[in-house]
Amino acid sequence: MNERELVVVGGGPAGMAAALAAGAAGVKDILLLERDQHLGGILNQCIHPGFGLHRFKEELTGPEYADRFVKQVAKTPSIEVSLRSFVVKLTSNMKISYLRPGALEEVQAKSVILATGCRERTREMIPIPGTRPSGIYPAGLAQKMINMEGWIPGKEAVIVGSGDIGLIMARRMALEGMKVKAVIEIQKQSRGLVRNVAQCLDDYGIPLYLSHKIVRIEGADRVEKVVVAAVDDAFCEKPGTRFELSCDTVLISVGLIPENELLEMAGARVDRKTNTPVAAEVNRTSIRGMFACGNACKVYDLVDSVTRDSEKAGQMAAQFLKEGK
Amino acid sequence: MYYNYELMPTIEKHDAIIVGAGVTGAAIARELSKYKLRVLLLEKEAEPAFGVSKSNSGIIHAGTQNHPDSLKGRLCVAGNKLIREISAELGVHFVEVGQLIVVFDETDVAELDRIKHEGEELGIKDMQIVRRDWLSLYEPNLGPEIAAALYVPSAGIISPYRLVYDLTENAVKNGVVLKTSHRVAGIRRLSGGPYRFEVEAAGSKYQTRFLINAAGLFADKVSAMVGVTDFKITPRKGEEYLLDKKREHIANHLVFPLPTPTSKGILIIKTSDGNPMIGPTARDTEDRNDLATTEEGLNEVLAGARRMMPSIERGDIIAYFAGLRPAAGKDFIIRHETTVPGFVNVAGIQSPGLTAAPAIATMVVGILHGNGLVLTPKKNFHSKREKTTHLFEIPLSKTRELIQKDPSYGDIVCRCEMVSAKEIREAIRRGARTMDGIKFRTRAQAGRCHGGFCTTRIMKIMQEELGMTVEEITKRGEGSELVREERRHE
Repeated sequence: MNERELVVVGGGPAGMAAALAAGAAGVKDILLLERDQHLGGILNQCIHPGFGLHRFKEELTGPEYADRFVKQVAKTPSIEVSLRSFVVKLTSNMKISYLRPGALEEVQAKSVILATGCRERTREMIPIPGTRPSGIYPAGLAQKMINMEGWIPGKEAVIVGSGDIGLIMARRMALEGMKVKAVIEIQKQSRGLVRNVAQCLDDYGIPLYLSHKIVRIEGADRVEKVVVAAVDDAFCEKPGTRFELSCDTVLISVGLIPENELLEMAGARVDRKTNTPVAAEVNRTSIRGMFACGNACKVYDLVDSVTRDSEKAGQMAAQFLKEGK
Repeated sequence: MYYNYELMPTIEKHDAIIVGAGVTGAAIARELSKYKLRVLLLEKEAEPAFGVSKSNSGIIHAGTQNHPDSLKGRLCVAGNKLIREISAELGVHFVEVGQLIVVFDETDVAELDRIKHEGEELGIKDMQIVRRDWLSLYEPNLGPEIAAALYVPSAGIISPYRLVYDLTENAVKNGVVLKTSHRVAGIRRLSGGPYRFEVEAAGSKYQTRFLINAAGLFADKVSAMVGVTDFKITPRKGEEYLLDKKREHIANHLVFPLPTPTSKGILIIKTSDGNPMIGPTARDTEDRNDLATTEEGLNEVLAGARRMMPSIERGDIIAYFAGLRPAAGKDFIIRHETTVPGFVNVAGIQSPGLTAAPAIATMVVGILHGNGLVLTPKKNFHSKREKTTHLFEIPLSKTRELIQKDPSYGDIVCRCEMVSAKEIREAIRRGARTMDGIKFRTRAQAGRCHGGFCTTRIMKIMQEELGMTVEEITKRGEGSELVREERRHE
């Protein structure tokens, strides 16, 4: 079996920052595994500006931000990148099995950093009653479809949840000529950044319904409409407040969940409610020598914070490899 | 008037036409494909199993809780045996997990005894009443309130849609013609010749000697087209909630409460794919398209399941759906209509219809034979089908061998359920034409992220395999397109 000092799982901003920091701290043999065919993770589909204000003191798009790290990774001889590599197994003593086209590889690592990111909460997790037609997308999937593929999902959209991805996508769809009829938020205030509410909704005249929820999705084959109602402080529907919005597209943007299924498989403690690692300190897990960083550790608002903390994870792994703690 | 005989449209002629490619129609088609016959299977949806069958729980019932004199009871027990042979022949994953019918009160043990005796009359074997000590050992997550249970070992689980796909695929291999997106628009009775019916579907006409109605929720409508109107389908809605695969081992058996007059109650269902399921509700509805889930349904299902297994949490739920049981009175309706010679109704096939399907199929073929259909066995009937590979159900060592033979087994498309590009392409080659068809066959998009990560990749593979534009790709057939417009670069 192949032996490695450090294996980093995930080649988004967190994994790249962690691998680079570990390399800078003296780790000589780093394997960076990425599922997709390129590094950068979700940044690649975030073509809007606003990244890097803290880190680089300038405003970059997601792909530009990722590219700065991709270039550094390429220049770092201690980091080997394996793309289209999907980890299927991780054990508590840091044996890793991963699939890539043409091979099942097995690696024994001395230390592991999990930078596996997060997934979107789905319609099913809220849950929204009604039918299950075509036209309901997690906001991040819609972002990928429009920005990466040029696929416009529909004509008229309603967005559930005012998280940043939902707000960004409201603007994006408006720019692509879709009619964005409303953003529906169950809380009393938006969950997204203030600047996003102003720049993505107000500037485009898209109404934000606070303290409202979708009580039903209707449509046999494709979404036809949603039924919306105001809610009280306990998030229960207020009688007599229902109204309908016709639409063919519903985007769900109701939060993110860290992806820690590998960590769980390895036997580390994972909080059942938040799906975050249970540990005394950020970036650590309940298994010695195994670290978690970026959105897998906790869900961040800004990629600059992901980078900052993930670099610490890289340094922690380097220290563990040197001193065994 | 056609002056040139060559230009006259010929009408396809068949020995038997089956309306409906759900599990009932598919099982009948496969059974008929053993004989030298021209058989046509018509399905109104874009793919088989898209009606009642797709919402089936996947339980292979032992046969308990049916009256010993009923068709349901008899065919369920017979089907439970036959399904083992069929799943071995077709390579469908069947697991005999056993069933527990639990009671909360010692006084209800008498009811378990009654169910046991009725079951024994039907020929169900090895049932026993088990107590707390047994339950604590073999089903440790059951709540402390549970007093006893009836253990029925012969109950099992199967993937309902993969059973339909595999039955259909095998039937087609043996000569059955399958036409999807073919809704029956009308049936004309013919007189004089050997062909007694002319069926119109998707703008074409098909003549047949025998017509078998396995139209599920619409069986009464199809029957009415030939004038048999003495039954009505009353859809009974059931909402089901799927739990995360991480909870796979929450239960070791199918766990049932005591049944009510209209349903078997809220169950904890192991599934052959690993995700446990809780449900179903049971509510009569007039609307044959009412597939909406409700807040009340969710609350009822959660309460019912948590009463038996308190550690089930709302946050465990990753998916939900509603299905409609095509109820037509208490029992199945399986009969040749003497007023319409050649017409066989197979209606009201609700629970335990999946289990009974192979037995229903042999019964229907017997009825056809008894009414004049000549059955000449084919010498070259292909009874076996090569098992579909699913990485999620094989060990890594096997996966390694597969990747060595075909590198695309190592190209993972669906990360939550570990489905490779090879499996997606294979599903398309075996007939998947929609996103749901791929999901049901492979489990891609069926996991906790609901296709958030893999949808675009699957759509690209579909384009490559089928030469479709992205706007033509649908979730489950015409009208359910996913993309309105592709911005093409000049």
